[in-house]
Amino acid sequence: MKRVQFSHSPIPYLFIAPQIIIICIFFLWPAAQAIYQSFLLEDAFGLSSQFVWFKNYKDTILTDAWLQSAGFTLVFSFLVTFLSLALAMLLAVKANEVIQGARTYKTMLMWAYAIAPPVAGLMGNLMFNPLIGDLYYFLNAMGWDFNHKLDSFDAGFVVVLIAVWKQVSVNFIFFLSGLQGIPKSVIEAATIDCKSNLRRFWTMTFPLLAPTTFFLVVINITYAFFETFGIIDTTTGGAPGGSTSTLVYKVFTDGFRGNDLGGSSAQSVVLMLMVLALTVIQFRFIERKVHY
Amino acid sequence: MLKLSWHAISGHLILILGAIFMTAPVWVAFMSSTHSAETLFREGLQAWPGGHFFENYNEVLFVEGGVMKRVTASMMLWNSLLLGIGFAIGKVVISTLAAYAIVYFRFRLAAPLFWIIFMTLLLPLEVRIIPSYEVVAGMGLLDTHTGLILPLIASATGTFYFRQFYKSVPEELLEAARLDGANAWQFFIDILVPISKTMIAAILIIMFVVGWNQYLWPLIMTTNEDNYTLVIGIKQIYQVLSEGGELPQFQKAYALTILATLPPVLVVLVFQSWFVKGLVESEK
Repeated sequence: MKRVQFSHSPIPYLFIAPQIIIICIFFLWPAAQAIYQSFLLEDAFGLSSQFVWFKNYKDTILTDAWLQSAGFTLVFSFLVTFLSLALAMLLAVKANEVIQGARTYKTMLMWAYAIAPPVAGLMGNLMFNPLIGDLYYFLNAMGWDFNHKLDSFDAGFVVVLIAVWKQVSVNFIFFLSGLQGIPKSVIEAATIDCKSNLRRFWTMTFPLLAPTTFFLVVINITYAFFETFGIIDTTTGGAPGGSTSTLVYKVFTDGFRGNDLGGSSAQSVVLMLMVLALTVIQFRFIERKVHY
Repeated sequence: MLKLSWHAISGHLILILGAIFMTAPVWVAFMSSTHSAETLFREGLQAWPGGHFFENYNEVLFVEGGVMKRVTASMMLWNSLLLGIGFAIGKVVISTLAAYAIVYFRFRLAAPLFWIIFMTLLLPLEVRIIPSYEVVAGMGLLDTHTGLILPLIASATGTFYFRQFYKSVPEELLEAARLDGANAWQFFIDILVPISKTMIAAILIIMFVVGWNQYLWPLIMTTNEDNYTLVIGIKQIYQVLSEGGELPQFQKAYALTILATLPPVLVVLVFQSWFVKGLVESEK
Protein backbone atom coordinates (compact mmCIF):
# COMPACT_ATOMS: atom_id res chain seq x y z
CA MET A 1 0.00 0.00 0.00
CA LYS A 2 1.22 3.46 -0.85
CA ARG A 3 1.08 6.17 1.79
CA VAL A 4 0.04 8.67 -0.83
CA GLN A 5 -3.14 7.54 -2.49
CA PHE A 6 -6.15 8.80 -4.29
CA SER A 7 -9.15 9.30 -2.03
CA HIS A 8 -12.48 7.45 -2.02
CA SER A 9 -14.23 7.34 -5.33
CA PRO A 10 -15.71 4.80 -7.71
CA ILE A 11 -12.60 5.12 -9.90
CA PRO A 12 -10.61 2.17 -8.48
CA TYR A 13 -13.56 -0.13 -9.13
CA LEU A 14 -13.45 0.84 -12.79
CA PHE A 15 -9.78 0.00 -12.99
CA ILE A 16 -10.07 -3.34 -11.28
CA ALA A 17 -13.39 -4.29 -12.89
CA PRO A 18 -12.08 -5.91 -16.12
CA GLN A 19 -9.91 -8.35 -14.22
CA ILE A 20 -12.55 -9.16 -11.59
CA ILE A 21 -15.27 -9.72 -14.20
CA ILE A 22 -13.08 -12.09 -16.20
CA ILE A 23 -12.07 -13.94 -13.06
CA CYS A 24 -15.68 -14.33 -11.91
CA ILE A 25 -16.93 -15.65 -15.24
CA PHE A 26 -13.99 -17.76 -16.32
CA PHE A 27 -12.42 -18.74 -13.04
CA LEU A 28 -14.65 -18.66 -9.96
CA TRP A 29 -17.76 -19.94 -11.68
CA PRO A 30 -16.05 -22.90 -13.43
CA ALA A 31 -14.11 -23.78 -10.28
CA ALA A 32 -17.33 -23.78 -8.26
CA GLN A 33 -18.96 -25.88 -10.98
CA ALA A 34 -16.17 -28.41 -10.77
CA ILE A 35 -16.68 -28.76 -7.03
CA TYR A 36 -20.47 -28.98 -7.41
CA GLN A 37 -20.34 -31.53 -10.21
CA SER A 38 -17.95 -33.69 -8.25
CA PHE A 39 -20.90 -34.46 -5.92
CA LEU A 40 -23.33 -35.26 -8.73
CA LEU A 41 -24.05 -38.46 -10.55
CA GLU A 42 -25.49 -38.19 -14.06
CA ASP A 43 -27.53 -40.91 -15.68
CA ALA A 44 -26.30 -42.53 -18.86
CA PHE A 45 -27.98 -39.98 -21.12
CA GLY A 46 -27.05 -36.89 -19.13
CA LEU A 47 -30.71 -36.10 -18.63
CA SER A 48 -30.91 -36.05 -14.87
CA SER A 49 -28.44 -35.95 -12.09
CA GLN A 50 -28.56 -36.67 -8.43
CA PHE A 51 -26.57 -35.55 -5.44
CA VAL A 52 -24.42 -38.43 -4.26
CA TRP A 53 -22.00 -36.88 -1.74
CA PHE A 54 -18.58 -38.48 -1.99
CA LYS A 55 -19.53 -41.41 -4.20
CA ASN A 56 -17.66 -40.00 -7.21
CA TYR A 57 -14.56 -39.57 -5.11
CA LYS A 58 -14.82 -43.11 -3.80
CA ASP A 59 -15.47 -44.51 -7.28
CA THR A 60 -12.65 -42.70 -9.08
CA ILE A 61 -9.93 -42.00 -6.55
CA LEU A 62 -9.91 -45.42 -4.99
CA THR A 63 -9.53 -47.25 -8.28
CA ASP A 64 -6.44 -48.99 -9.56
CA ALA A 65 -6.41 -46.74 -12.61
CA TRP A 66 -6.29 -43.57 -10.54
CA LEU A 67 -3.72 -44.92 -8.13
CA GLN A 68 -1.58 -46.07 -11.04
CA SER A 69 -1.85 -42.63 -12.59
CA ALA A 70 -1.01 -40.97 -9.25
CA GLY A 71 1.99 -43.27 -8.87
CA PHE A 72 3.20 -42.47 -12.36
CA THR A 73 2.68 -38.73 -11.78
CA LEU A 74 4.81 -38.86 -8.62
CA VAL A 75 7.67 -40.79 -10.19
CA PHE A 76 7.44 -38.71 -13.36
CA SER A 77 7.45 -35.40 -11.46
CA PHE A 78 10.36 -36.48 -9.33
CA LEU A 79 12.45 -37.61 -12.31
CA VAL A 80 11.65 -34.58 -14.44
CA THR A 81 12.31 -32.16 -11.58
CA PHE A 82 15.51 -33.81 -10.43
CA LEU A 83 17.04 -34.48 -13.84
CA SER A 84 16.22 -31.14 -15.42
CA LEU A 85 17.39 -29.23 -12.34
CA ALA A 86 20.64 -31.18 -12.10
CA LEU A 87 21.40 -30.79 -15.80
CA ALA A 88 20.49 -27.10 -15.82
CA MET A 89 22.56 -26.39 -12.72
CA LEU A 90 25.62 -28.09 -14.20
CA LEU A 91 25.25 -26.15 -17.44
CA ALA A 92 24.59 -22.85 -15.68
CA VAL A 93 27.64 -23.19 -13.44
CA LYS A 94 29.82 -23.96 -16.45
CA ALA A 95 28.30 -21.21 -18.60
CA ASN A 96 28.90 -18.75 -15.78
CA GLU A 97 32.58 -19.76 -15.62
CA VAL A 98 33.65 -19.72 -19.25
CA ILE A 99 34.84 -16.56 -20.89
CA GLN A 100 35.12 -17.47 -24.56
CA GLY A 101 31.83 -18.07 -26.30
CA ALA A 102 29.76 -17.48 -23.17
CA ARG A 103 27.03 -15.59 -25.03
CA THR A 104 26.69 -18.26 -27.70
CA TYR A 105 26.45 -21.02 -25.13
CA LYS A 106 23.84 -19.13 -23.15
CA THR A 107 21.71 -18.43 -26.20
CA MET A 108 21.88 -22.02 -27.38
CA LEU A 109 20.93 -23.33 -23.96
CA MET A 110 18.00 -21.02 -23.31
CA TRP A 111 16.24 -20.67 -26.64
CA ALA A 112 14.33 -23.94 -26.35
CA TYR A 113 12.17 -22.14 -23.77
CA ALA A 114 10.14 -20.83 -26.69
CA ILE A 115 9.18 -24.27 -27.97
CA ALA A 116 5.70 -25.47 -27.04
CA PRO A 117 5.52 -28.77 -25.11
CA PRO A 118 3.37 -30.48 -27.77
CA VAL A 119 5.83 -29.38 -30.46
CA ALA A 120 8.68 -30.85 -28.43
CA GLY A 121 6.52 -33.94 -28.01
CA LEU A 122 6.00 -34.35 -31.72
CA MET A 123 9.70 -33.91 -32.47
CA GLY A 124 10.58 -36.50 -29.86
CA ASN A 125 7.85 -38.79 -31.05
CA LEU A 126 9.21 -38.79 -34.60
CA MET A 127 12.72 -39.48 -33.29
CA PHE A 128 11.37 -42.64 -31.70
CA ASN A 129 9.16 -43.50 -34.66
CA PRO A 130 9.82 -47.09 -35.78
CA LEU A 131 9.71 -46.00 -39.44
CA ILE A 132 12.21 -43.15 -39.46
CA GLY A 133 13.34 -42.52 -35.89
CA ASP A 134 17.10 -42.64 -35.49
CA LEU A 135 16.89 -42.99 -31.73
CA TYR A 136 14.61 -45.97 -32.13
CA TYR A 137 17.19 -47.71 -34.35
CA PHE A 138 20.04 -46.62 -32.14
CA LEU A 139 18.54 -48.00 -28.93
CA ASN A 140 17.63 -51.26 -30.60
CA ALA A 141 21.10 -51.53 -32.12
CA MET A 142 22.52 -51.01 -28.65
CA GLY A 143 20.73 -54.16 -27.57
CA TRP A 144 17.80 -52.52 -25.85
CA ASP A 145 14.65 -54.19 -27.11
CA PHE A 146 13.02 -50.79 -27.33
CA ASN A 147 9.32 -50.41 -28.06
CA HIS A 148 7.48 -47.52 -26.43
CA LYS A 149 4.16 -48.56 -27.93
CA LEU A 150 4.10 -51.79 -25.93
CA ASP A 151 6.51 -51.46 -23.04
CA SER A 152 5.46 -49.09 -20.28
CA PHE A 153 9.01 -48.53 -19.05
CA ASP A 154 10.14 -47.53 -22.55
CA ALA A 155 7.13 -45.24 -22.91
CA GLY A 156 7.95 -43.63 -19.58
CA PHE A 157 11.53 -43.17 -20.72
CA VAL A 158 10.41 -41.29 -23.84
CA VAL A 159 8.05 -39.02 -21.92
CA VAL A 160 10.60 -38.23 -19.22
CA LEU A 161 13.35 -37.52 -21.75
CA ILE A 162 11.23 -35.06 -23.71
CA ALA A 163 9.84 -33.39 -20.57
CA VAL A 164 13.37 -32.92 -19.21
CA TRP A 165 14.61 -31.57 -22.53
CA LYS A 166 11.82 -29.01 -22.60
CA GLN A 167 12.40 -27.85 -19.03
CA VAL A 168 16.20 -27.51 -18.95
CA SER A 169 16.19 -24.04 -20.53
CA VAL A 170 13.85 -22.44 -17.97
CA ASN A 171 15.89 -23.82 -15.09
CA PHE A 172 19.08 -22.76 -16.81
CA ILE A 173 17.87 -19.15 -17.09
CA PHE A 174 16.96 -18.99 -13.40
CA PHE A 175 20.14 -20.66 -12.21
CA LEU A 176 22.24 -18.36 -14.34
CA SER A 177 20.52 -15.28 -12.97
CA GLY A 178 20.99 -16.72 -9.47
CA LEU A 179 24.70 -17.28 -10.11
CA GLN A 180 25.14 -13.79 -11.47
CA GLY A 181 23.64 -12.49 -8.25
CA ILE A 182 26.47 -13.94 -6.16
CA PRO A 183 28.79 -11.04 -5.22
CA LYS A 184 32.25 -11.05 -6.82
CA SER A 185 33.90 -10.58 -3.41
CA VAL A 186 32.36 -13.81 -2.11
CA ILE A 187 33.62 -15.73 -5.13
CA GLU A 188 37.11 -14.29 -4.80
CA ALA A 189 37.30 -15.06 -1.09
CA ALA A 190 36.17 -18.61 -1.75
CA THR A 191 38.71 -19.04 -4.54
CA ILE A 192 41.52 -18.01 -2.18
CA ASP A 193 40.29 -20.24 0.64
CA CYS A 194 39.58 -23.30 -1.40
CA LYS A 195 41.48 -24.56 -4.41
CA SER A 196 39.22 -27.48 -5.29
CA ASN A 197 36.53 -26.50 -7.77
CA LEU A 198 34.26 -29.33 -6.73
CA ARG A 199 34.46 -28.50 -3.03
CA ARG A 200 33.90 -24.83 -3.76
CA PHE A 201 30.75 -25.76 -5.63
CA TRP A 202 29.31 -27.78 -2.75
CA THR A 203 30.34 -25.41 0.04
CA MET A 204 29.69 -22.04 -1.61
CA THR A 205 27.78 -22.08 -4.90
CA PHE A 206 25.24 -24.75 -4.07
CA PRO A 207 24.11 -23.23 -0.74
CA LEU A 208 23.91 -19.78 -2.31
CA LEU A 209 21.72 -21.21 -5.07
CA ALA A 210 19.41 -22.89 -2.54
CA PRO A 211 16.68 -20.20 -2.66
CA THR A 212 16.61 -20.41 -6.46
CA THR A 213 16.56 -24.20 -6.30
CA PHE A 214 13.66 -24.32 -3.83
CA PHE A 215 11.67 -21.95 -5.96
CA LEU A 216 12.46 -23.95 -9.10
CA VAL A 217 11.42 -27.21 -7.46
CA VAL A 218 7.90 -25.83 -7.06
CA ILE A 219 7.89 -24.47 -10.61
CA ASN A 220 9.12 -27.82 -11.96
CA ILE A 221 6.58 -29.88 -10.07
CA THR A 222 3.82 -27.62 -11.37
CA TYR A 223 5.26 -28.05 -14.85
CA ALA A 224 5.43 -31.83 -14.54
CA PHE A 225 1.84 -31.94 -13.28
CA PHE A 226 0.19 -29.61 -15.78
CA GLU A 227 2.27 -28.41 -18.69
CA THR A 228 3.49 -31.83 -19.73
CA PHE A 229 -0.03 -32.51 -20.94
CA GLY A 230 1.00 -31.50 -24.46
CA ILE A 231 4.01 -33.81 -24.40
CA ILE A 232 2.03 -36.82 -23.27
CA ASP A 233 -0.78 -36.12 -25.69
CA THR A 234 1.59 -36.03 -28.68
CA THR A 235 3.79 -38.97 -27.72
CA THR A 236 2.17 -41.84 -25.87
CA GLY A 237 -1.36 -40.57 -25.29
CA GLY A 238 -1.15 -42.29 -21.91
CA ALA A 239 -0.46 -45.66 -23.53
CA PRO A 240 0.35 -48.46 -23.04
CA GLY A 241 -2.62 -49.15 -20.79
CA GLY A 242 -2.66 -45.77 -19.06
CA SER A 243 0.84 -46.35 -17.70
CA THR A 244 2.08 -42.92 -18.82
CA SER A 245 -1.10 -41.00 -18.01
CA THR A 246 -0.56 -38.19 -15.52
CA LEU A 247 -3.42 -37.10 -13.28
CA VAL A 248 -4.21 -34.11 -15.48
CA TYR A 249 -4.21 -36.28 -18.56
CA LYS A 250 -6.62 -38.63 -16.83
CA VAL A 251 -8.98 -35.76 -15.95
CA PHE A 252 -9.03 -34.91 -19.63
CA THR A 253 -9.51 -38.45 -20.94
CA ASP A 254 -12.16 -39.37 -18.38
CA GLY A 255 -14.06 -36.11 -18.84
CA PHE A 256 -13.92 -35.68 -22.60
CA ARG A 257 -13.43 -39.12 -24.02
CA GLY A 258 -15.09 -41.11 -21.24
CA ASN A 259 -17.85 -38.55 -20.61
CA ASP A 260 -17.65 -39.24 -16.88
CA LEU A 261 -18.34 -35.71 -15.71
CA GLY A 262 -18.72 -36.42 -12.01
CA GLY A 263 -15.64 -38.60 -11.80
CA SER A 264 -13.56 -36.18 -13.81
CA SER A 265 -14.69 -33.29 -11.58
CA ALA A 266 -13.83 -35.25 -8.46
CA GLN A 267 -10.34 -35.78 -9.85
CA SER A 268 -10.10 -32.07 -10.63
CA VAL A 269 -10.96 -31.20 -7.06
CA VAL A 270 -8.32 -33.58 -5.73
CA LEU A 271 -5.81 -31.95 -8.08
CA MET A 272 -6.85 -28.51 -6.85
CA LEU A 273 -6.12 -29.62 -3.30
CA MET A 274 -2.70 -30.89 -4.36
CA VAL A 275 -1.82 -27.59 -6.03
CA LEU A 276 -3.09 -25.75 -2.98
CA ALA A 277 -0.76 -27.76 -0.75
CA LEU A 278 2.12 -27.04 -3.10
CA THR A 279 1.36 -23.31 -3.01
CA VAL A 280 1.27 -23.26 0.78
CA ILE A 281 4.73 -24.81 0.79
CA GLN A 282 5.89 -22.28 -1.77
CA PHE A 283 4.65 -19.31 0.23
CA ARG A 284 6.14 -20.51 3.47
CA PHE A 285 9.38 -20.68 1.58
CA ILE A 286 8.99 -17.19 0.10
CA GLU A 287 8.38 -15.80 3.58
CA ARG A 288 11.64 -17.37 4.64
CA LYS A 289 13.42 -15.88 1.67
CA VAL A 290 12.33 -12.39 2.71
CA HIS A 291 14.01 -12.80 6.08
CA TYR A 292 17.02 -14.40 4.49
CA MET B 1 48.92 -17.55 -25.52
CA LEU B 2 45.83 -18.88 -23.91
CA LYS B 3 46.47 -21.09 -20.97
CA LEU B 4 43.84 -23.77 -21.09
CA SER B 5 43.48 -25.78 -17.95
CA TRP B 6 41.84 -29.16 -17.75
CA HIS B 7 39.02 -27.50 -15.87
CA ALA B 8 38.36 -24.99 -18.66
CA ILE B 9 38.45 -27.68 -21.34
CA SER B 10 36.02 -29.91 -19.48
CA GLY B 11 33.77 -26.88 -18.98
CA HIS B 12 33.67 -26.21 -22.71
CA LEU B 13 33.09 -29.87 -23.40
CA ILE B 14 30.08 -30.01 -21.07
CA LEU B 15 28.66 -26.82 -22.57
CA ILE B 16 29.12 -28.07 -26.13
CA LEU B 17 27.39 -31.35 -25.30
CA GLY B 18 24.61 -29.42 -23.59
CA ALA B 19 24.21 -27.10 -26.57
CA ILE B 20 24.06 -30.08 -28.93
CA PHE B 21 21.49 -31.79 -26.70
CA MET B 22 19.31 -28.69 -26.73
CA THR B 23 19.60 -27.85 -30.44
CA ALA B 24 20.06 -31.16 -32.27
CA PRO B 25 16.39 -32.23 -32.23
CA VAL B 26 15.29 -28.95 -33.80
CA TRP B 27 18.18 -29.00 -36.27
CA VAL B 28 17.26 -32.51 -37.39
CA ALA B 29 13.60 -31.47 -37.65
CA PHE B 30 14.53 -28.48 -39.78
CA MET B 31 16.85 -30.44 -42.06
CA SER B 32 14.36 -33.27 -42.44
CA SER B 33 11.71 -30.77 -43.48
CA THR B 34 13.76 -29.99 -46.59
CA HIS B 35 13.72 -33.54 -47.94
CA SER B 36 11.14 -35.53 -49.86
CA ALA B 37 8.83 -38.08 -48.27
CA GLU B 38 10.65 -40.86 -50.15
CA THR B 39 14.07 -39.89 -48.80
CA LEU B 40 12.80 -39.76 -45.24
CA PHE B 41 11.00 -43.05 -45.62
CA ARG B 42 14.00 -44.82 -47.13
CA GLU B 43 16.89 -43.23 -45.25
CA GLY B 44 15.39 -41.96 -42.02
CA LEU B 45 16.02 -38.57 -40.45
CA GLN B 46 18.34 -36.17 -42.20
CA ALA B 47 21.10 -34.07 -40.69
CA TRP B 48 21.88 -31.97 -43.79
CA PRO B 49 19.75 -29.84 -46.11
CA GLY B 50 17.90 -31.40 -49.01
CA GLY B 51 16.45 -29.92 -52.16
CA HIS B 52 12.76 -29.77 -51.28
CA PHE B 53 12.69 -26.73 -49.01
CA PHE B 54 10.53 -24.49 -51.17
CA GLU B 55 8.32 -27.30 -52.38
CA ASN B 56 7.54 -28.58 -48.87
CA TYR B 57 6.98 -25.24 -47.21
CA ASN B 58 4.95 -23.94 -50.10
CA GLU B 59 2.70 -26.96 -49.98
CA VAL B 60 2.25 -26.72 -46.21
CA LEU B 61 1.76 -22.98 -46.12
CA PHE B 62 -0.40 -22.28 -49.13
CA VAL B 63 -1.89 -25.38 -50.73
CA GLU B 64 -5.32 -26.51 -49.59
CA GLY B 65 -5.19 -30.12 -48.55
CA GLY B 66 -1.45 -29.79 -48.08
CA VAL B 67 -1.67 -30.53 -44.38
CA MET B 68 -5.35 -30.79 -43.65
CA LYS B 69 -8.52 -30.87 -45.67
CA ARG B 70 -9.06 -27.17 -45.94
CA VAL B 71 -6.94 -25.12 -43.61
CA THR B 72 -3.40 -24.16 -44.63
CA ALA B 73 -0.47 -23.46 -42.35
CA SER B 74 -0.56 -19.77 -43.23
CA MET B 75 -4.08 -19.59 -41.79
CA MET B 76 -2.93 -21.44 -38.70
CA LEU B 77 0.00 -19.04 -38.44
CA TRP B 78 -2.44 -16.16 -38.49
CA ASN B 79 -4.57 -17.77 -35.77
CA SER B 80 -1.48 -18.39 -33.66
CA LEU B 81 -0.40 -14.78 -34.05
CA LEU B 82 -3.85 -13.57 -33.03
CA LEU B 83 -3.80 -15.81 -29.97
CA GLY B 84 -0.26 -14.84 -28.96
CA ILE B 85 -0.72 -11.11 -29.48
CA GLY B 86 -4.29 -10.99 -28.16
CA PHE B 87 -3.32 -12.93 -25.06
CA ALA B 88 -0.25 -10.76 -24.40
CA ILE B 89 -2.03 -7.45 -24.88
CA GLY B 90 -5.16 -8.53 -23.00
CA LYS B 91 -3.12 -9.71 -20.10
CA VAL B 92 -1.00 -6.56 -19.91
CA VAL B 93 -4.01 -4.24 -20.17
CA ILE B 94 -6.13 -5.85 -17.47
CA SER B 95 -3.22 -6.48 -15.13
CA THR B 96 -1.71 -2.98 -15.31
CA LEU B 97 -5.16 -1.51 -14.59
CA ALA B 98 -5.90 -3.90 -11.73
CA ALA B 99 -2.46 -3.46 -10.19
CA TYR B 100 -2.89 0.31 -10.39
CA ALA B 101 -6.17 0.10 -8.48
CA ILE B 102 -4.65 -2.16 -5.84
CA VAL B 103 -1.52 -0.10 -5.22
CA TYR B 104 -2.75 3.48 -5.61
CA PHE B 105 -6.27 3.47 -4.19
CA ARG B 106 -7.89 2.88 -0.85
CA PHE B 107 -11.34 1.41 -1.33
CA ARG B 108 -13.69 -0.67 0.72
CA LEU B 109 -13.54 -3.92 -1.23
CA ALA B 110 -9.79 -3.75 -1.80
CA ALA B 111 -8.92 -6.66 0.47
CA PRO B 112 -11.50 -9.21 -0.74
CA LEU B 113 -10.89 -8.31 -4.38
CA PHE B 114 -7.18 -8.73 -3.88
CA TRP B 115 -7.75 -12.19 -2.46
CA ILE B 116 -9.99 -13.15 -5.38
CA ILE B 117 -7.21 -12.17 -7.77
CA PHE B 118 -4.67 -13.98 -5.65
CA MET B 119 -6.71 -17.20 -5.73
CA THR B 120 -6.34 -17.47 -9.50
CA LEU B 121 -2.65 -18.10 -9.03
CA LEU B 122 -3.47 -21.30 -7.21
CA LEU B 123 -5.49 -23.11 -9.83
CA PRO B 124 -4.27 -23.54 -13.38
CA LEU B 125 -6.83 -23.76 -16.16
CA GLU B 126 -6.12 -27.46 -16.53
CA VAL B 127 -7.92 -28.45 -13.34
CA ARG B 128 -11.12 -26.61 -14.19
CA ILE B 129 -11.00 -27.30 -17.88
CA ILE B 130 -14.34 -29.04 -18.32
CA PRO B 131 -16.54 -26.53 -16.45
CA SER B 132 -14.64 -23.74 -18.26
CA TYR B 133 -15.56 -25.37 -21.52
CA GLU B 134 -19.20 -25.51 -20.47
CA VAL B 135 -19.21 -21.84 -19.48
CA VAL B 136 -17.71 -20.76 -22.78
CA ALA B 137 -20.07 -23.06 -24.68
CA GLY B 138 -23.03 -21.62 -22.76
CA MET B 139 -22.04 -18.12 -23.82
CA GLY B 140 -21.86 -19.24 -27.44
CA LEU B 141 -18.18 -18.41 -27.61
CA LEU B 142 -16.84 -21.76 -28.83
CA ASP B 143 -14.70 -21.36 -31.93
CA THR B 144 -14.27 -17.62 -31.39
CA HIS B 145 -11.13 -15.69 -30.57
CA THR B 146 -12.85 -14.06 -27.59
CA GLY B 147 -13.73 -17.42 -26.10
CA LEU B 148 -10.22 -18.62 -26.74
CA ILE B 149 -8.40 -15.71 -25.14
CA LEU B 150 -10.56 -14.52 -22.22
CA PRO B 151 -10.41 -17.66 -20.04
CA LEU B 152 -6.65 -17.76 -20.52
CA ILE B 153 -6.11 -14.25 -19.21
CA ALA B 154 -8.12 -14.94 -16.05
CA SER B 155 -4.99 -15.91 -14.15
CA ALA B 156 -3.32 -13.04 -12.35
CA THR B 157 0.42 -13.54 -12.79
CA GLY B 158 0.74 -10.22 -14.59
CA THR B 159 -1.17 -8.33 -11.90
CA PHE B 160 1.28 -9.42 -9.24
CA TYR B 161 4.20 -8.50 -11.36
CA PHE B 162 2.96 -4.95 -11.97
CA ARG B 163 1.86 -4.60 -8.36
CA GLN B 164 5.42 -5.34 -7.31
CA PHE B 165 6.77 -2.81 -9.77
CA TYR B 166 4.34 -0.02 -8.86
CA LYS B 167 5.22 -0.44 -5.22
CA SER B 168 8.82 0.38 -6.08
CA VAL B 169 7.83 3.61 -7.85
CA PRO B 170 8.79 6.65 -5.68
CA GLU B 171 5.83 8.23 -3.91
CA GLU B 172 7.04 11.72 -4.82
CA LEU B 173 5.89 11.08 -8.37
CA LEU B 174 2.27 10.93 -7.34
CA GLU B 175 2.60 13.93 -5.03
CA ALA B 176 4.17 15.96 -7.82
CA ALA B 177 1.54 14.84 -10.33
CA ARG B 178 -1.27 15.80 -7.98
CA LEU B 179 0.26 19.22 -7.33
CA ASP B 180 0.22 19.69 -11.07
CA GLY B 181 -3.46 18.81 -11.06
CA ALA B 182 -3.33 15.39 -12.69
CA ASN B 183 -6.34 13.15 -12.14
CA ALA B 184 -6.18 9.39 -11.61
CA TRP B 185 -6.39 8.50 -15.27
CA GLN B 186 -3.82 11.10 -16.34
CA PHE B 187 -1.35 9.91 -13.71
CA PHE B 188 -1.73 6.36 -14.94
CA ILE B 189 -1.49 7.01 -18.65
CA ASP B 190 1.01 9.91 -18.66
CA ILE B 191 3.37 8.85 -15.89
CA LEU B 192 2.97 5.27 -14.73
CA VAL B 193 2.69 3.62 -18.15
CA PRO B 194 5.70 5.48 -19.64
CA ILE B 195 7.98 4.63 -16.71
CA SER B 196 7.01 0.95 -16.85
CA LYS B 197 7.71 0.67 -20.59
CA THR B 198 10.53 -1.87 -20.33
CA MET B 199 8.53 -3.93 -17.82
CA ILE B 200 5.55 -3.93 -20.15
CA ALA B 201 7.75 -4.97 -23.07
CA ALA B 202 9.28 -7.82 -21.10
CA ILE B 203 5.86 -9.10 -20.02
CA LEU B 204 4.51 -8.77 -23.56
CA ILE B 205 7.32 -10.97 -24.85
CA ILE B 206 6.83 -13.67 -22.22
CA MET B 207 3.07 -13.65 -22.64
CA PHE B 208 3.30 -13.80 -26.42
CA VAL B 209 5.32 -16.99 -26.14
CA VAL B 210 2.98 -18.41 -23.49
CA GLY B 211 -0.08 -17.55 -25.58
CA TRP B 212 1.38 -18.90 -28.81
CA ASN B 213 2.24 -22.17 -27.09
CA GLN B 214 -1.21 -22.80 -25.59
CA TYR B 215 -2.37 -26.32 -26.30
CA LEU B 216 -5.04 -27.92 -24.13
CA TRP B 217 -7.51 -25.04 -24.12
CA PRO B 218 -7.43 -24.34 -27.88
CA LEU B 219 -7.54 -28.07 -28.46
CA ILE B 220 -10.87 -28.59 -26.70
CA MET B 221 -12.57 -25.38 -27.70
CA THR B 222 -11.81 -25.14 -31.40
CA THR B 223 -13.71 -27.64 -33.47
CA ASN B 224 -13.74 -25.69 -36.70
CA GLU B 225 -10.59 -26.27 -38.75
CA ASP B 226 -10.49 -22.58 -39.69
CA ASN B 227 -9.63 -21.70 -36.09
CA TYR B 228 -6.74 -24.10 -35.60
CA THR B 229 -3.50 -22.63 -34.35
CA LEU B 230 -0.18 -24.10 -35.47
CA VAL B 231 0.29 -25.89 -32.18
CA ILE B 232 -3.10 -27.56 -32.62
CA GLY B 233 -2.25 -28.34 -36.23
CA ILE B 234 0.72 -30.27 -34.87
CA LYS B 235 -1.65 -32.59 -33.08
CA GLN B 236 -3.82 -33.03 -36.15
CA ILE B 237 -0.99 -33.82 -38.52
CA TYR B 238 0.30 -36.31 -36.04
CA GLN B 239 -3.01 -38.10 -36.14
CA VAL B 240 -2.93 -38.08 -39.93
CA LEU B 241 0.56 -39.57 -39.79
CA SER B 242 -0.34 -42.35 -37.44
CA GLU B 243 -3.41 -43.27 -39.46
CA GLY B 244 -1.10 -44.36 -42.23
CA GLY B 245 -1.96 -44.12 -45.88
CA GLU B 246 0.32 -44.38 -48.88
CA LEU B 247 3.59 -42.76 -47.89
CA PRO B 248 3.79 -41.04 -44.50
CA GLN B 249 4.30 -37.32 -45.09
CA PHE B 250 6.96 -36.82 -42.43
CA GLN B 251 8.49 -33.85 -44.21
CA LYS B 252 5.21 -31.96 -43.80
CA ALA B 253 5.03 -32.76 -40.12
CA TYR B 254 8.54 -31.40 -39.75
CA ALA B 255 7.79 -28.28 -41.79
CA LEU B 256 4.79 -27.62 -39.56
CA THR B 257 6.92 -28.19 -36.48
CA ILE B 258 9.45 -25.63 -37.67
CA LEU B 259 6.72 -23.12 -38.51
CA ALA B 260 5.19 -23.54 -35.06
CA THR B 261 8.60 -23.09 -33.46
CA LEU B 262 10.02 -20.22 -35.45
CA PRO B 263 8.01 -17.13 -34.37
CA PRO B 264 8.31 -17.62 -30.58
CA VAL B 265 11.97 -18.59 -30.94
CA LEU B 266 12.67 -15.47 -33.01
CA VAL B 267 10.94 -13.29 -30.44
CA VAL B 268 13.00 -14.84 -27.65
CA LEU B 269 16.27 -14.56 -29.57
CA VAL B 270 15.76 -10.98 -30.75
CA PHE B 271 14.60 -9.68 -27.36
CA GLN B 272 16.77 -12.01 -25.32
CA SER B 273 17.71 -9.62 -22.53
CA TRP B 274 14.15 -8.33 -22.09
CA PHE B 275 12.83 -11.84 -22.20
CA VAL B 276 15.21 -13.06 -19.49
CA LYS B 277 14.38 -10.04 -17.36
CA GLY B 278 10.65 -10.55 -17.81
CA LEU B 279 10.85 -14.23 -17.01
CA VAL B 280 13.02 -13.93 -13.93
CA GLU B 281 11.10 -10.95 -12.55
CA SER B 282 7.57 -12.16 -13.26
CA GLU B 283 8.01 -15.59 -11.71
CA LYS B 284 9.37 -14.30 -8.44
